[in-house]
Amino acid sequence: MGTTLVIAETFGGKLRKSTFNAVTFAKALAAKTGGDFAIGLLGSGVAGLAGELTGYGAKAVYVADNAGFANYLGGPWAKAVAALADQAGATSVAATSSTFTRDLLPRVAARMGAGMVSEVLSVVDGTKFLRPMWAGNVVATVEVKTPKAVFCVRGTEFDAAQATGGASPVQAVAVAPEDNGKQRYVKFEAVVSSRPDLAEAAVVVAGGRGLKDKAGFAILDPLADLLKAAIGGTRAVVDAGIAPNDLQIGQTGKVIAPQLYIGVALSGAIQHIAGMKASKTIVAINKDPEAPIFSVADYGLVADAFKAVPELVEEIRKIKGV
Amino acid sequence: MKILVTAKRVTDPDAKIRVKPDGTGIETAGLEYKLNPFCENAIEAAVSMVEKHGGEAIAVTIGTADVEQNLRTALAMGCERAIRVEIADDQLDSDLTARILVKLFETEKPDLFLLGKQAVDGDSNQVAQLVAEMLDLPQACFASGIVIENGEAVVTREIDGGIETIAVKLPAVVSADLRLNTPRLPTLPNVLKAKRKPLQVLTPAALGVDTALKVATVAYEAPPQRKGGIKVKTVQELVEKLQNEAKAL
Ligand SMILES: Cc1cc2nc3c(=O)[nH]c(=O)nc-3n(C[C@H](O)[C@H](O)[C@H](O)COP(=O)(O)OP(=O)(O)OC[C@H]3O[C@@H](n4cnc5c(N)ncnc54)[C@H](O)[C@@H]3O)c2cc1C
Ligand SMILES: Nc1ncnc2c1ncn2[C@@H]1O[C@H](COP(=O)(O)O)[C@@H](O)[C@H]1O
Repeated sequence: MGTTLVIAETFGGKLRKSTFNAVTFAKALAAKTGGDFAIGLLGSGVAGLAGELTGYGAKAVYVADNAGFANYLGGPWAKAVAALADQAGATSVAATSSTFTRDLLPRVAARMGAGMVSEVLSVVDGTKFLRPMWAGNVVATVEVKTPKAVFCVRGTEFDAAQATGGASPVQAVAVAPEDNGKQRYVKFEAVVSSRPDLAEAAVVVAGGRGLKDKAGFAILDPLADLLKAAIGGTRAVVDAGIAPNDLQIGQTGKVIAPQLYIGVALSGAIQHIAGMKASKTIVAINKDPEAPIFSVADYGLVADAFKAVPELVEEIRKIKGV
Repeated sequence: MKILVTAKRVTDPDAKIRVKPDGTGIETAGLEYKLNPFCENAIEAAVSMVEKHGGEAIAVTIGTADVEQNLRTALAMGCERAIRVEIADDQLDSDLTARILVKLFETEKPDLFLLGKQAVDGDSNQVAQLVAEMLDLPQACFASGIVIENGEAVVTREIDGGIETIAVKLPAVVSADLRLNTPRLPTLPNVLKAKRKPLQVLTPAALGVDTALKVATVAYEAPPQRKGGIKVKTVQELVEKLQNEAKAL
C-alpha cells in the first residue's frame, strides 16, 4: 500500500532520462507493497514537459510550475517537495541519484520524519532494500523502520521505464518554494560539451593520470568521436585540472554502466572501480601488467596508451569503413 | 568566527574490505582507521578560516573511545577543543547522527557548521543536509570553495554539469568536497600540543536524544564479483574480440 512520489529531474529545459529509472524503482516497490506511484514535476516553465510523463502508469502527474523554482536551492525546494508529497498523500518520495537529488532528498526526509535510503540497488520487500557501502565492496540490507520513506536510487540498477501507453492525469498544484531569504543563487558555470552525457552514454572512454596533461588527455578525443562516446576520468585527472569535475567516475563522482567502457592509463583504484564495474564490457589499456583495473577488465591490453590509442582508432576506422 | 566541524573516523579508504562469513558486519582484524577524507577537508577549511578571521574551531565526533585518536588529529590540525558523543557506529543511522549533531550545534551556537559530503564507509551522503533541515538553516553541499564575506558564505559547489555558486547567510551548514583544499599534515609539536587540548565526552542520554533508528542495517554481503577477463596481445586482437565476441563495436 501507499503511494511513491517520483521526483522528475530536468536540466536545460528538458527532462533527464534518469527520471525513468526512478519510475522503474517505484514500480518495483509498488509490486512488493500493492501500492502505486505518482510523478512530481517541479520547476520554472516546466509545464510543457508533463505530457512526456503521462504514459508510464502513474496515478497522477503533479506539476508545480513556478518562477521561484528557476534555480535550485536546497532549503526552499525541500519544503516544496515535502508539501507536494503531503498533497499527493504519498508515503514515500523517490528519485534517481544525482547531485541535485543527493542534495535535496535528505532534507525532504528530515522534513517528512522519514527514514532515507541512499543509492538503492534493489527492492527486497516493502521495507528492506539493498545498498552499497565501502565504495561498493559491501552490499548491505537496510530496513526502513518509519511509516514514511525517502529513496535515492542508483540509476544503473534500474532500467529506464518504457512508456506503456497509459494516460495519467496531469494536475497543476500550487506548490511554490518558500524563500526565507537565507540563501541565494549566484551563478552556474556549465561544462559545455557536444558529447553524450556521461551518465547516459552507451560508450564511455575514460582517461587517467598516465595521460599526463590536457594534450595527452586529448588523445581520447578521436576515439570518443568515432564511438560516439562520452569522456570520463579519474579523480586524479580532475584534481589536476585536466578534466572538469563533472567527468569524474567513481565512489565520489558518477556511477556509470555503459555497454562499453574503455579505461586508458588509469590504475583502477577501489574508488574508481566503484563507479564503473557494472559496465557491460570493460576494456583496459595500461602499461603496467599489474594494474588493478585488469582484474575487472574483460579485455586487457598491456601497452603504452600514446601508441595504442591512435592504433585503436585506426583499426576501428578500418572495420567501420570510415 | 566560531566553527563546528566533524571529525568522523572511518576504515582506511584504500583498505580491501571483507564481509564476515556470517554477514553480521565487516572483518575488522588488521584494519586501520583514518579520519574521513571529507572531514579532513572540512577541518582544513575550518582551521584556515579561524586563522584568517579569528575565533575557534571545535571538532566533534560520534563514536566509542577508540575514535578519540582520530579526534586528536583534528586538534593537531588546529582545532581548539573537541567533543565526542559516546555511541557505537552500529547503533547509528544518518538521522540519529544528525539529531546528535543538532544538539551540539544548539549548545555551541557556531556561525558555521562544516561537515564532509560523505562518510567513505557508509557512503550515505545525508548527514549535512539532515542537520540543515532540522535546524532550518541554509545549506551549501559539495563545496569546492568557500569565501566568508558580509555575513555570508559564498560557496562554489561541484554539481552535475558544472560548477555552481550560491551564497548562504550565516549561520549555515556547509559540506566539503575533496577539491576544497589540501588538508595539512599535523606537525610533531602540534601533535604533542593536541594531547593537552580539552576533549569533552557526552552521551546521547545527557543530550536528551532518543536513540531509536529510522533505518537499520540488518545484513552485509559481498557484492557479485566480475569474472576476470583475458589479456589481448595486440590492438588488432582487441578490436577483433570487441567486434566478434563482445559485439560491442
Ligand atoms: C575519499 C576518496 C574518494 C575518491 N574518489 C574517487 C573517485 O570517485 N574516482 C576516482 O577515479 N578516484 C577517486 N579517488 C582517488 C583514487 O584513490 C585514485 O587515486 C585515483 O583513481 C587514481 O587515478 P589514476 O588511475 O588516474 O592515477 P594512477 O593511480 O596514478 O594511475 C595511473 C596509471 O596509468 C598508467 N600509465 C602511466 N603512463 C601510461 C602510459 N603511457 N600508457 C598506459 N598506461 C600508463 C600507470 O601504469 C598507472 O596504472 C578517491 C580517493 C579517496 C581517498
Ligand atoms: N559518526 C559521526 N561522527 C561525526 N560526524 C559524522 C559521523 N557520521 C557522519 N558524520 C558527518 O556527516 C558527513 C556525511 O556522512 P554520511 O551522510 O554518513 O555519508 C560526514 O562526512 C561527517 O562530516
